[in-house]
This record gives sequence, structure tokens and C-alpha cells, in this order.
Amino acid sequence: MAALALSAFAFVVTVVVGTAVGPASPGLGEVVAVLLDHLGVREAGLPALTDRIVWEIRLPRVLLAGVVGATLAYSGAAYQGVFRNPLADPYLLGAASGAGLAASLVFVAPVPVLVGPVSLVTLAAFGGAVAAVLAAYLLASVGGTTPRTTLILAGVAVSSLAVSATSYLMLMSRENTMSILAWLLGSFNASGWHKMWFILPYAAPAAIIVALHGRILNVLQLDEEQAAQLGVNVELTRAVVILAASLATAAAVAVAGIIGFVGLVVPHAVRLVLGPDYRLLVPVSALVGGSFLILCDLGARTLISPGEVPIGVITSFLGAPFFLYLLKRQRTVFM
Amino acid sequence: MLEIQNLHVSYGSRAVLRGVSLTVRPGEVVALVGPNGSGKTTLLRAITRVVPWRQGDVLVAGQSVSRMSRKEIARWIAVVPQSIALPIGYTALEIVLMGRTPHLGFLAQEGPADHRIAAKSLELVGAAQFAGRRVDELSGGERQRVILARALAQRAPILLLDEATANLDIGHQISVLQLVRRLARQNQYAVVAAIHDLTLAGMYADRMELMCGGRIVCSGKPREVLDQERLAEVYGAQVTVLRDNHLPGPVVVPYGDGIAAAVPEAT
Repeated sequence: MAALALSAFAFVVTVVVGTAVGPASPGLGEVVAVLLDHLGVREAGLPALTDRIVWEIRLPRVLLAGVVGATLAYSGAAYQGVFRNPLADPYLLGAASGAGLAASLVFVAPVPVLVGPVSLVTLAAFGGAVAAVLAAYLLASVGGTTPRTTLILAGVAVSSLAVSATSYLMLMSRENTMSILAWLLGSFNASGWHKMWFILPYAAPAAIIVALHGRILNVLQLDEEQAAQLGVNVELTRAVVILAASLATAAAVAVAGIIGFVGLVVPHAVRLVLGPDYRLLVPVSALVGGSFLILCDLGARTLISPGEVPIGVITSFLGAPFFLYLLKRQRTVFM
Repeated sequence: MLEIQNLHVSYGSRAVLRGVSLTVRPGEVVALVGPNGSGKTTLLRAITRVVPWRQGDVLVAGQSVSRMSRKEIARWIAVVPQSIALPIGYTALEIVLMGRTPHLGFLAQEGPADHRIAAKSLELVGAAQFAGRRVDELSGGERQRVILARALAQRAPILLLDEATANLDIGHQISVLQLVRRLARQNQYAVVAAIHDLTLAGMYADRMELMCGGRIVCSGKPREVLDQERLAEVYGAQVTVLRDNHLPGPVVVPYGDGIAAAVPEAT
């Protein structure tokens, strides 16, 4: 519980700091004042510009990074749990590559990019991610059961198919290559509250569903047969957890592009500190993943300001060395 | 309590169980013996339906296992598997608490009663002292006792053991088998245990089922089943069966290199 409280506190601090830092810096006090004002606690009486920077520009972006990071991290923990595979991440069944292909198609096709406040790219990416995961799941099912290893292999196959099609599109349509690549690498650049409203209906319920499966995920770590003999409906559990995590991941990829390493590394890092208990691992991973991505986005928008580094570059740049470090001390990785 | 009726199981086109029938009453310890590949493990797995049957049925208290949910099955039948692999990082107590799974609702967490049962189970197998230790730091024998404790924590009236003493030293083999027999006597558990060690099986089992080629080829009291010629035929090995009133039961000795030959067969 202490770990949970601590990571929640860190998350709140990260949100406030992330909102305060940027080209026009409102002080920490001003950020808190604006937040309290909007939450109806007390009037801030600050200039409209400060209010706009904090509430309309900075905060939606920071919170979106927090929600996306949290989603990728708890989905990664969920995937690692149901697949009992330390290399599993939320993109294992093709959510990222499916989204990438669908988004690329929108960039290439002569269609308007905006539909109301939500970009068509977002909608397509969401559909592509869901379609890829469903395809992998259906392809791997035989006679009512979905063997774990077959599912992983089906996911790998669907992913590489989508990746190769995306590469082809990028090569064939040179004028769109840069926009596709920028999208693929992920960004919180055009964030706004509307993206938050897009991801939350998937991310929040999925978080609750995955978190409620904590105890069952622990039992699943024995192996499928022993879990079944302890009364767990393994197929159903796996289907529900994968469905919830995949929908949330699809929404995350749709609003932010393909951000690597958060879903793989954050659960491992938390496991390293707290042990393998999924009842703690899922919520703490979510909070740590959220804070981590907020900090990465802070780097993305300030390192070469006024330009932006794609956030996927930053997470991988920080994530890959850390992951190698974990591999080096493999004896203590809890999988 | 447990009634296996004409059970047939195939892995692909290979028939592994060819019509096994077996009834186990409450309070009874049945030893399943037979050479490698004779179908003992498959039979134990098929009882909880983690491998599908081609034909036949398994009844628990008169009800077919095929019509029970996973949870119901787990409340009736606890299994100690052959494998002693356990997930890294969990403590022995956490593993044993997993035995309470069939008694917990989806949202429920283990309560004080579950902790009491888990602690008691660890104590029964003589593992109370490493309740808080990580299972990946335990020895094979210690892990095997943790897995047995997990099965006991299920508080299921039918106990299936697949080579549950294979990794134990002789002291722990005896104490585990004594415990199993005591549970059968006192709590009216029905126990089926696959055991390789014929002498040990003979000492603790009320009944012995000798399997070969997916069938039960001989069934009865250990002293009836443990027959020199029969064992030679089924195992394809030369053995001597020593019988003596001073012995706790028939002692099966390998008959190689003249070691056993030096001992006259007592009757």
C-alpha cells in the first residue's frame, strides 16, 4: 500500500511539474492555483492567458501523456501476465502495427483528415489496432481454445504483415513519408481535451478490469493446467484480459502514435522493486508508466525547443539501455 | 466418491488410456503404479478434465465432472502435479494461498480464515519455517512440499498425487505418505497417488492399481499385486520381491549383478 500511495503521489507531482515547465513558464504555484480554480475549490484570479496556457494547452497534453503511459504500462503488465512471457508488451498481438497501417492509409488516401474534433487518423488507427488483434486471436483459435504460443506467433505474423504493408505505403507515397513516420514515432503535439475524451472510455474501464484480475493473474503464473485445476477458467480469463488491454492500447496508439518500451519496461522495473504480485503490479505500473511518459514528453518538447523530438525516440532511448541493464541482472527479473 | 468409468483418452491418434475403470472410496489410498508411459499421469490429468476424454466418464459423488465448472471441480479434487516448477518471486505462503482460489469469489481477497488454512497446510507438510521464503530459493524437495501444501489448502475431499514424493529424501517421503494416509483415515479423503517406488507404494496404499499400455492390468492389495513374475513381465526387469513378517510390506529389490540374488526369498 505504501508503494501505491508513493507512486500516486509521484504521479500528481509529475503532472504539476510537467504542466509548469515549458516555453512560457507559469510557476508551480500558479499551476496549482489554476487547477484548484477549475476544480471549483477556490478562485484563482490569474490572467486569462495563464489560465489558457495551463488549462487549455499544457494540462491536456500532460494528462494525455499520463493516461497513455499508464495504459501502455498496465496493458504491458496484463499481457506479460496472461502470456507468462517477459518479452510480451501491449503491441504483441499487432495493436501497434495494425494502427500504423490504418493511419498510413489515411495519410495516403485522398480523404479529409478531420472529422469533427477527432482526426480521421485517430479513428482509423483505433480500428486498425482492434482489427489486427482480433485477426491474430481468431487465427490462433482452434476448436474453442487459443493456445498461448500459437497466439504469440499469430500476433507476430499479423504484425509483420502490417509493418511490411506500411513500409510499402511509405515508399510508394514519398510526399507522405514524413507525416507517416512522424505519426509512427508518436507525439503528444496536437493534444487537447478531445483526445482525452477519446481514450478515457477505453482506458479507464480496462484499467479496472485488469486490476480486478490481479489475484487470478497470480494463479495463472503457475501454468495453465495448474490454474485450471485450481478452478480458474483460463480461456475466459485470458480472453477478457486481452480484450480489455487491447482496446485500451488501441485507444492509446490512436491518440499518441506508437510509443515503444513503456509497456515492456515499466512493468519489469516495478516487478524488480515490488515483486511479482499482480494486485500491486498493475496499479503501480499504471502510475509509474504515466509519470514516466509525462517526463519523456517533457523532454520531447523542451530538448530542442521550439522543435520537438518524437516521443517514441525518447522512450526507446531511455528504455533500451534500462532494459539491457535488467537483462544483465536477469536473476532478479521476476518472470 | 470418485468413479472412473471406461475412460479412453488419445493424444492425437495415439490412444493413451484404453478403457480405464476405477472406483475410490472415501478414506481409501490407492496407489497407481506402472512403467513410464503406461498412462498414470494421463489418468490423473484426465480426472480433472484438463485433457479431454474420447469416451467414458468420471463421476464425483455421483455427478459427472464434464458437467461441473472448473471451480466446482477444484472444490472436489486437489491435484499435486509432477512438475515442481513454480513462478519466480512468490513466497511459499503466497503459493499455498493460491490453493484457496476455488473458494474465493472473483472479487474476493484471501481473508484471515484462508490465511489460517494456508498456515495449517504448510505446518502439516513440515514447511511452516519457510512460509515467507521465495519459492525460487527453495530446494526441489521443499518446493514439492509447498505444492502439496497448496493442494491441502484446497480442502478438497479427493486428492490426486502425481509422483508427489519423487523429489523428497526418504524421511520426507515417509512423512508425506504418512500424512496422506492419515488425511484419508481421519478426514475420509479419497486419495489416488502415482508412485514409482513400489515398496513405498506397497507400504502406504490400501489398494494398488498396476497400469500398462493405457490399461489397468492388475488390481488388488499390494501384497497381491507385487508379484515377482508379474512385475518382471510388466516392467521388463528382473526384480525380487522380499516378503517377511518383519518387513512393513513386500520389498521390491532390483535383481541385477547378483545383489538381490544373495538374499533368499522369504515367505
